Amino acid sequence: MQIVNFTPVDSLIGGVLIGLATTLFLATTGRICGISGIAKSLMRSEKIEGFMWRGLFILGLIIGGFIYIQIKGTGNTAVGFHDLDPKLFISAILVGVGTAYGRGCTSGHGICGIARRSGRSIVATCIFMFTAMVTVYFVG
Amino acid sequence: MKYLASLITGILFGVGLGFSGMMNPEKVINFLNVTRTWDPSLALVMGGALAVTLITFPLILKRQAPLCDKEFFIPQVKDIDQYVTVGPAIFGIGWGLSGICPGPGIANLATFSTPVFAYVGTMFAFLVITDVFIDLIKKKAGN
Repeated sequence: MQIVNFTPVDSLIGGVLIGLATTLFLATTGRICGISGIAKSLMRSEKIEGFMWRGLFILGLIIGGFIYIQIKGTGNTAVGFHDLDPKLFISAILVGVGTAYGRGCTSGHGICGIARRSGRSIVATCIFMFTAMVTVYFVG
Repeated sequence: MKYLASLITGILFGVGLGFSGMMNPEKVINFLNVTRTWDPSLALVMGGALAVTLITFPLILKRQAPLCDKEFFIPQVKDIDQYVTVGPAIFGIGWGLSGICPGPGIANLATFSTPVFAYVGTMFAFLVITDVFIDLIKKKAGN
């Protein structure tokens, strides 16, 4: 094993910002800041209010990405990394199915779930980390 | 207020994802590539986030209600069932294939890159299809 491209300071800043964002969200809306859950419920909102706050959150996420690019450029983004190959679609399908069925993704289980000491989220996080590492081992 | 809080949370989260490096799928795959070329940065993303939330979440949840709503909306199920085992296993395979999970996928829409739009569109579609399917099966089991 060889250590590559280690960016401890930026990654720590990013992690703290994400922690603050999920804290703000819980304190104000009383909800877990899980991206897959918000995206899923956005599409299935029955009331305009639920659609609005979820839509604004998703819009904010894109604005946040845009602000980051203005500060640091596109070096650390997905620009030019992926082609429209079948692997990308298979990935998107598995991520959609897996997070909808699994009740959460990296944010909902990995950050918020562990923070509230949820056994379900700790199990979920260990499992997706493991299968992701195994996948990269064989495919990456 | 709830609308403003959601928007600001999204922006903070998006900027955080940018700094974290998670918007770069190559970096994510290197983090997952523990046996070969390992980039440990993303462990610090989770560490940094948890350093905040492990302290703040219990403090907030001690309150009667959040600032902009009447009650907290926290999942109450405790069972380790097929949902939190099979689901994350499938998600992990998908994550390992592209290096993109839902948050960084959406934040990457700001790059206006076609493959990102294709990824996010497909992901949204399958989130909804799966959810509708689960509802149908539950309804059938209930009758």
